Amino acid sequence: MPAVSKGDGMRGLAVFISDIRNCKSKEAEIKRINKELANIRSKFKGDKALDGYSKKKYVCKLLFIFLLGHDIDFGHMEAVNLLSSNKYTEKQIGYLFISVLVNSNSELIRLINNAIKNDLSSRNPTFMCLALHCIANVGSREMAEAFASEIPRILVAGDTMDSVKQSAALCLLRLYKTSPDLVLMGEWTSRVVHLLNDQHMGVVTAAISLITCLSQKNPDEFKTCVSLAVSRLSRIVSSASTDLQDYTYYFVPAPWLSCKLLRLLQCYPPPEDGAVKGRLVECLETILNKAQEPPKSKKVQHSNAKNAILFEAIALIIHYDSEPNLLVRACNQLGQFLQHRETNLRYLALESMCTLASSEFSHEAVKTHIETVINALKTERDVSVRQRAADLLYAMCDRSNAKQIVAEMLSYLETADYSIREEMVLKVAILAEKYAVDYSWYVDTILNLIRIAGDYVSEEVWYRVIQIVINRDDVQGYAAKTVFEALQAPACHENMVKVGGYILGEFGNLIAGDPRSSPLVQFNLLHSKFHLCSVPTRALLLSAYIKFINLFPETKATIQEVLRCDSQIRNSDVELQQRAVEYLKLSSIASTDVLATVLEEMPPFPERESSILAKLKKKKGPGAVSVTEMEDGKREGGELNGGGDRGPDASAMAASNASTPSPSADLLGIRPAAPVSAAPASVGSLLVDVFSEAGPAASSAAVNDEGFLRDLEPPTETSDSLLVEGSGDSDSAPPSEDPAPPLSEADELLNKFVCKNNGVLFENQLLQIGIKSEYRQNLGRMYLFYGNKTSVQFASFTTTVSYPGELQSQLNVQSKPVEPLVEGGAQIQQVLNIECLTDFSEAPLLNIKFRYGGALQNLTLKLPVTINKFFQPTEMASQDFFQRWKQLSQPQQEAQKIFKANNSMDTEVLKAKLLGLGMALLDNVDPNPENYVCAGVIQTKGQQVGCLLRLEPNAQAQMYRLTLRCSKDSVSRRLCELLAEQF
Amino acid sequence: MIGGLFIYNHKGEVLISRVYRDDIGRNAVDAFRVNVIHARQQVRSPVTNIARTSFFHVKRSNIWLAAVTKQNVNAAMVFEFLYKMCDVMTAYFGKISEENIKNNFVLIYELLDEILDFGYPQNSETGALKTFITQQGIKGQFQTKEEQSQITSQVTGQIGWRREGIKYRRNELFLDVLESVNLLMSPQGQVLSAHVSGRVVMKSYLSGMPECKFGMNDKIVIDKQGKGGATDDAAKSGKQSIAIDDCTFHQCVRLSKFDSERSISFIPPDGEYELMRYRTTKDIILPFRVIPLVREVGRTKLEVKVVIKSNFKPSLLAQKIEVRIPTPLNTSGVQVICMKGKAKYKASENAIVWKIKRMAGMKESQISAEIELLPTNDKKKWARPPISMNFEVPFAPSGLKVRYLKVFESKLNYSDHDVIKWVRYIGRSGIYETRC
Repeated sequence: MPAVSKGDGMRGLAVFISDIRNCKSKEAEIKRINKELANIRSKFKGDKALDGYSKKKYVCKLLFIFLLGHDIDFGHMEAVNLLSSNKYTEKQIGYLFISVLVNSNSELIRLINNAIKNDLSSRNPTFMCLALHCIANVGSREMAEAFASEIPRILVAGDTMDSVKQSAALCLLRLYKTSPDLVLMGEWTSRVVHLLNDQHMGVVTAAISLITCLSQKNPDEFKTCVSLAVSRLSRIVSSASTDLQDYTYYFVPAPWLSCKLLRLLQCYPPPEDGAVKGRLVECLETILNKAQEPPKSKKVQHSNAKNAILFEAIALIIHYDSEPNLLVRACNQLGQFLQHRETNLRYLALESMCTLASSEFSHEAVKTHIETVINALKTERDVSVRQRAADLLYAMCDRSNAKQIVAEMLSYLETADYSIREEMVLKVAILAEKYAVDYSWYVDTILNLIRIAGDYVSEEVWYRVIQIVINRDDVQGYAAKTVFEALQAPACHENMVKVGGYILGEFGNLIAGDPRSSPLVQFNLLHSKFHLCSVPTRALLLSAYIKFINLFPETKATIQEVLRCDSQIRNSDVELQQRAVEYLKLSSIASTDVLATVLEEMPPFPERESSILAKLKKKKGPGAVSVTEMEDGKREGGELNGGGDRGPDASAMAASNASTPSPSADLLGIRPAAPVSAAPASVGSLLVDVFSEAGPAASSAAVNDEGFLRDLEPPTETSDSLLVEGSGDSDSAPPSEDPAPPLSEADELLNKFVCKNNGVLFENQLLQIGIKSEYRQNLGRMYLFYGNKTSVQFASFTTTVSYPGELQSQLNVQSKPVEPLVEGGAQIQQVLNIECLTDFSEAPLLNIKFRYGGALQNLTLKLPVTINKFFQPTEMASQDFFQRWKQLSQPQQEAQKIFKANNSMDTEVLKAKLLGLGMALLDNVDPNPENYVCAGVIQTKGQQVGCLLRLEPNAQAQMYRLTLRCSKDSVSRRLCELLAEQF
Repeated sequence: MIGGLFIYNHKGEVLISRVYRDDIGRNAVDAFRVNVIHARQQVRSPVTNIARTSFFHVKRSNIWLAAVTKQNVNAAMVFEFLYKMCDVMTAYFGKISEENIKNNFVLIYELLDEILDFGYPQNSETGALKTFITQQGIKGQFQTKEEQSQITSQVTGQIGWRREGIKYRRNELFLDVLESVNLLMSPQGQVLSAHVSGRVVMKSYLSGMPECKFGMNDKIVIDKQGKGGATDDAAKSGKQSIAIDDCTFHQCVRLSKFDSERSISFIPPDGEYELMRYRTTKDIILPFRVIPLVREVGRTKLEVKVVIKSNFKPSLLAQKIEVRIPTPLNTSGVQVICMKGKAKYKASENAIVWKIKRMAGMKESQISAEIELLPTNDKKKWARPPISMNFEVPFAPSGLKVRYLKVFESKLNYSDHDVIKWVRYIGRSGIYETRC
């Protein structure tokens, strides 16, 4: 009854809503809604025009029904009509409906935009606000396109009401966030910045949100806002609590505005203008002073508002990091909060202190709170606060307090929450290493760590201990003793067994003098843990045993017994079985000299960054990394930063022993006369030679397993990264001369290796270079053997791999640096790891430089890495082949060449060559048996390229016709070029 | 192996909760409420799986009955049990409503203890239950020892559904054949699917332990008899014999005899019970034919004309006829003209409902309606749901006829002729729809 109640209260709507609320079941509700919808439809259909009130009422009902989760497919037109009404309530409902329900429907959007435009240009502030709110709520691209230019004008116009300005600023912010490209400030910039001077606080608060967002994108354009913000801030801070009337919140003047101002300032470096800076410092001091004043109210809102400003101010101080005085004051203020009753405050204080600790000015000040923080770590109820306390302890640690902090963290670890244990362990390990004064303390700490929280000690932590122990002669004896004692505990963690096995295997001899830790006792102690360990640990223990045989010949019988027993030699695990068999054979066949060489003490690991630190960085994400990195940069005090990053696995021991040039190199069977023909002169060859003495059976077994030790070599990510760094180093300090241009015969040499992986790459009167390579999928490993054919040593021997043309982005070759000295008649080995990123046509260049008798030798070769090395053979039936052949029928996918035979056209030779190419040779595919058909897939990092090949020999004419079809045209061409040289 | 049984009202409040097995926790009650009763979308499936727990529910008016289990049970068994449970409750206190359940909750718990033991269904025969679970309360305690032992022997004996020593002055017997006919027809009048599901319900007031034999025009029986010799009889009745697709019987029917001779013989329970259920799909007599005619006149108008024709003997009268013609979702006004009965547009159901009280066979009647539409901005076309129909006719649409029902009681002195028998046929509509 519109006549009865024309006011705002819509009775019909209220009745409808209460009806819905009273429905007993979903069905009843749906029935009621259907009835109402039919009613509204008949009303909207009706020929006589509805008055504004009823229209508003029905649109409201539709909105309510929509919000209940029902589809609404009419009424939009009526809602748009409401927009042109002159009554506020009707307009409001119209805008509400549109912001909730309208999607980007083209015809309606135009009408809506028109209505909004009218409202914006009207002089009525409420209507303008409604329109602005609608734009901000919808925030669609269409809206942005229509109004992005209009709104800044409203925002800066002199005659705009304050409330409208507020809405306009926020509306513009919203549009900027959704479609930044459409909101172009340009000419308005300075006028927007001057809004900071506006009389009305609301306008300033709204504008500052906009300015902060804009200045994050283009800081330069808004640079002027800094001084304005500072003066505004100082006015607020210095005002009495009663000055700002409406904007005083529980006796704090404009807290939101202050926070936003401080946050805006954090986008910029400290102001250069002395006056401005002085004023700002004054402000910050005032804020810090105010924190000391007694609270004006007991209400929590008062202190919240005050602290919010304070924390923003401290964040700004930390951001500037240039005012020692302020930093220390901030630190003291935070120190007070550390003991505050409010958990949130304590949390925030710890968090801010973490960043303070990294500043050089406040580091000392932070350190004074160490006791409180330790106490927080121990007694705090909330785990997230404890976590922050642990972070802070880590951040404030330095040489002076390291022992105390590490001890506290260790003792806390026993009761620590499970969720933060792993991180704690890493932190303890890092701190212990970084600030270790003497290594016995370090070893004690880490062993304690393993004892207390063994499950949370990751591989990296114990790798690191071993690296350090091996690199430092002075701790080895102490480490062996400590480990021995630790192992005597009835139950010790597996990680402890690993460390124990490794260290006793290496340095057990250092404590063997004591009858309480005689070799046999050591062995029995280790072996008593053997059965409780997992397979990798057992494998490590077996290696320790074989090392024992070398260290203590008297234990040989016992250990051989152990190795010989069925549970080792017939173990179901292949790895264990293989180790047991080989070590047994090795111990019984090889002479003590051979044993001593093979099982020599581990060489020191190359010095590099701690892997634990890398792990912690990875764990904490980029945010925290910067802090630790900063510390690293500032206090590079850790003298322990030695040690490589390789997992010190037993095979690694053997491998590195073998590849280390040593005086007894002859033992390894590498003769200078024919270094390459003894092809696999790597670890494998060592064992082959050793076994070949044992007899044909063992030798053939070993040959079958050729390269198994290479497989055992831990192909960890970290070791790869080590290689990268290594090559980086060699790049940075090359010999003065530029690399020589490639040899003229380099291409020819390259062609030799298209169809084979092993052989002699290059030979002259000085040097012989042998190659052995293997490829799997898109990865490959190449062993280069540099043999010195003379009797004089080569000095400053360096090799560099370079990439001509765009090869850099197509292929990735990592190499370890080689020993700079090559003795006369000796041979050194270099390993290259190759990764194919995408298909390529050039070959990487290998530059070798050395001094032979004072003369610099410089030579450049092409590395025989061609695209076909990454072939994966593909078997397919005749039908499949021809189907695919037809699929690849585009002219650019095919490459064809007819050429004369260079070599004999013998079937077997051809077959061997095609197989060496890497593709699968398919029989019974081509109808003509004379023809050869191959199929394969080239594996690159990014994609796979399927290739089909057809070679048709013509014996009479001594000609071949070679056809290649690949899914990538560049590959077809390159392969065709390569292969044409081969036949 | 039902783990538990819950009864909820329409709001999802638990009225009855009985847990039989430990694997069902208290949270199962809430899980069903949250995921089924209060679900955002309507839950169509009667079986819901929530966190490896299965909920089987049936709904009676506003009441939800849910059986819960964690095991892999026979779902058909669970539903059979739930329906039986509903029957038992109806027999005890009438309509299943929230109020009735609240008033009888002690009784319901007592029943639940009796008819489910550790989740295994037990005797759920209303007659038998009524002998020892009574609503009189205290009176039950004063049952004599003899009565108690009699109940024990009956419930544990071979014929658990009938006690001995029943005596009536008048031996009477009522037999109802209740059928519901389901149909889906194309607009052109082609039958897309049709079947009849029927029940034979008996009410018997017979003395002693009578042996009954029921015969109907089942095709297999009649064909067998035809082979047996009485050829003229077969020729006469063969026309009307029906093919029963499948049937189930009350537990009193001797299944072995049915298997071997296909004769239905049984000792009936006392009072009302359902003797058999069956289903037929062939040669169904469709009582009504609906001929729809829908014409769209522009975007804002729709003309509908529906003719119904009754297709049975003119002497019979169909009752409670209701035709429901769905209207589009953007209907803004409807004008209806009908020759017979009353028709009305029901906005809450988005349909025109046309009601006719009575209609004789071989007649026809029609309705025409003009529907005004409101143009909408989404281009979705109206799905045109089928026109549905409800009715009741005094014959069996499957063509089933009761041929005989013989009663033998050897010990007492009454014969088949002394029993007064009443037979009634009622055909109702199930889902009876015609596409338009």
